[in-house]
Amino acid sequence: MEDSMPKNNDSQTILRMEEIHKSFPGGVLANRGVNLEVSQGEIHCLLGENGAGKTVLMSVLYGLYKPEAGSIYYKNEKFDVHNPKDAIQNRIGMVHQHFMLVETLSVAENIILGQYKPWKVLNNLEPVIKMIRQMSKDYGLNVDPTSLVQDLSVGEQQRVEILKALYHGADLLILDEPTAVLTPQESEHLLDFLRQLADKGLTIVFITHKLEEVMQISDRVTILRDGKTIATVKTKETNPRELAKMMVGREVLMDLNKKEKQPGKMIFSVKNLSVKDERGLPAVRNFSFDVYEREVVGIAGVSGNGQSELALALAGLMDSEFDSIILNDILITKCDLTRLNQLGMAHIPEDRQKMGLILPFSVSENFIAETFNDRPFSKFGFLQFKTIKNYSQSLVKKFSIRVGDVDEEIAHLSGGNQQKVVVARELDRRPKFLLVNQPTRGIDIGATEFVRQQIIAERDGGAAILLISTDLEEIFALSDRILVMFEGQIMGEVSPNPDMIEQVGLLMAGKTIESAL
Amino acid sequence: MDFVSIKKRLLKFSRSAWTPFAAIPIALGIGAILLLIAGYDPIQAYAAMWQGAFKDRTAITEVLIKATPLIFIGAGLAVAFRCSIWNIGAEGQFYAGAVAATAVGIYLGDLPRFLLVPLVLFAGASSGALWGMLAAFLKNRFGANEVVTTIMLNYIAIFITGWLVTGPMIETEGLFAQTAKISQNAWLWRFLPPTRLHTGFILALVLAIVLYIIIFKTSLGYTIRAVGINPDAARYAGINVKRKVLLAMAISGGAAGLGGAVEVAAISYRLYQLISPGYGFDGIAVSLLVNNNPLGVIFSGILFGALRSGAEVMQMNAKVPSVLVFLIQGLVVLSVVAFGVYSYVSKEKEE
Repeated sequence: MEDSMPKNNDSQTILRMEEIHKSFPGGVLANRGVNLEVSQGEIHCLLGENGAGKTVLMSVLYGLYKPEAGSIYYKNEKFDVHNPKDAIQNRIGMVHQHFMLVETLSVAENIILGQYKPWKVLNNLEPVIKMIRQMSKDYGLNVDPTSLVQDLSVGEQQRVEILKALYHGADLLILDEPTAVLTPQESEHLLDFLRQLADKGLTIVFITHKLEEVMQISDRVTILRDGKTIATVKTKETNPRELAKMMVGREVLMDLNKKEKQPGKMIFSVKNLSVKDERGLPAVRNFSFDVYEREVVGIAGVSGNGQSELALALAGLMDSEFDSIILNDILITKCDLTRLNQLGMAHIPEDRQKMGLILPFSVSENFIAETFNDRPFSKFGFLQFKTIKNYSQSLVKKFSIRVGDVDEEIAHLSGGNQQKVVVARELDRRPKFLLVNQPTRGIDIGATEFVRQQIIAERDGGAAILLISTDLEEIFALSDRILVMFEGQIMGEVSPNPDMIEQVGLLMAGKTIESAL
Repeated sequence: MDFVSIKKRLLKFSRSAWTPFAAIPIALGIGAILLLIAGYDPIQAYAAMWQGAFKDRTAITEVLIKATPLIFIGAGLAVAFRCSIWNIGAEGQFYAGAVAATAVGIYLGDLPRFLLVPLVLFAGASSGALWGMLAAFLKNRFGANEVVTTIMLNYIAIFITGWLVTGPMIETEGLFAQTAKISQNAWLWRFLPPTRLHTGFILALVLAIVLYIIIFKTSLGYTIRAVGINPDAARYAGINVKRKVLLAMAISGGAAGLGGAVEVAAISYRLYQLISPGYGFDGIAVSLLVNNNPLGVIFSGILFGALRSGAEVMQMNAKVPSVLVFLIQGLVVLSVVAFGVYSYVSKEKEE
């Protein structure tokens, strides 16, 4: 590989993309003159908000999109790529956000999938299995080549994707937001692994919008904004604040300027809530807590410890058992929680695309998802389109949601703007009690900032808020009190003092409060 | 107007409900090649088909008569499909409606016309609705897939009809496997004599328009569409998904049952085993052809009526065997679906 690079001229550069232009029908300019230069053996982060054009740029390199203009130089030669096959043959590998694995096949079978002479390999998987064992041992990956992909965790599946790219001989590996699907521990593991690969000479392009990851892993970082390259800087010579500014285009308030809490009376109280998950196993066990007026109670925990079930049960979407639930002075002892909605609860669900929104519906149709049957949006059963449109336009304005027309399909909006629609809809109901689950997952920094400010504004306006999040930074930034959840139980309560972060980590791992403090 | 906006308009047009009709010339083109291979003159055959459908007033009204049950069934199916309920049982629901309408038309035949006609139609609609709700109940209660149950219920309805017309309800002469004629007081008005065009056709148009309004203009339609697209989100928004499934099947089955009642009260005047030549299945294509838009069903229903009517004449006059006629009908459906997939894929790609 070294030999193929001319020594005289810029031998460090493995990839250069110049003035890449790519637009989509409907006039969306995804890339408008992007430049990227990646050096041999480095981890190069591609940083930008959602919609900045990071994934599009890499898809151009991988042969998934054809650019309108611009040129690519790879290993100091002009690189014409027409499809992913060209890319793979030229030793470029890409791990997509959504894995391209066949769940019912084994790891080894998945890895050799797409080989040009499959019958040769399929006859004898042994050498492949051996090779994967060796690779997995070299990198401490712990991947069994004979197990079925469907039996692996998300993190393990991702490692299989990476091994697949390496097996196909990648010199340049592209990873598209690889940590979005991982728990903090798995992310840590992945970043270690990538570091090892880079040390062995692999070049890695790492797409992300998370500043901490950039700081932690990259050698250099290129910032994209609105389809243009803003700058390429050495990670050592920058800081998160500067990166955020370049990414968003203005100063970002990392601090929320939260006022001291002034809790009032108790709004929401749960006694001994238990929920069973879909397999009938206990997911939430004897959960009791209170939330007061003008207060944010944060529920911290590693993903999968019962948070989803807790939220769904409170929203009345999952069966549960409990001794009593009080909302706004009304005692509920029956097991039907659908009433909570009518008693002043609003719910920002964990998965906006699966639950919060109806994607093929327009923005305005989504705004009335819970109020479609109420006046003034519906009279005698007929939808009042003009009223709905005016209402939607006012919400779009109030929450500065970026959308051309409220009649546009909501699927066309960016993740951040979709989440803003959900937040706007729920907050506009003026809830007494607000249940928020993962409010900023997968959205860009600008929208995150906005959503968090709205939650704080809602608290200051008098609402009681239960915030469930696996993002510790978010929990600490927003909460007045923190409850740590582990295997469906509360491990303890801590104050959101930055010094307590270590204790919270221990509680999240299942240590008791006595041993943690 | 710049290039981008022209392209946008074209794309928008290509997605509108009417484009699938552009698939028809393609289907007829392929059909022509097959006719040639089979040794028939495609021009002569298609001329006969055209003549059969549009030659004169009678031909045109016959097209509308054939279209009537298809519009009833297609408009109802559009509602079910919008709710993502794959009702393949319109055939059975049509039969259920025809049976109930015949029973009322015979056994309550002494009632005056102004009572009997509405009663016959009501019996047909409610019987079809119940037949459809049976599948919805099985789905809600036991999670039984409606595709399977509705197909099974088709057989049950058709065989019950067969038993009725050979046994309990057989005509008094007992010569043929058919019921006696229903009372004249139950007949629908044929308002354009000497043609057979009847008020049932008007009723089908009204039903299609009403269902269109329900689906796209009312909060009820909003909930049905929401459940169809994303039941999780619908549940989150407080919509009772099971109730909507039941309702969508009731509407869909009711429309098909009404179609069955109209067929009896306006055309056949009696019940026999093969009262439907597969209307319930053609109705699926009629609805899918126009992207499950009840208003569009009027046009696709008439189109299929014309194809059926024309095909019969093609068979008689151009001596094209019925197998080839079915083949051409199949090609139309296939190319329409292919067209739909194509515009769906190009839309995906664009995004």
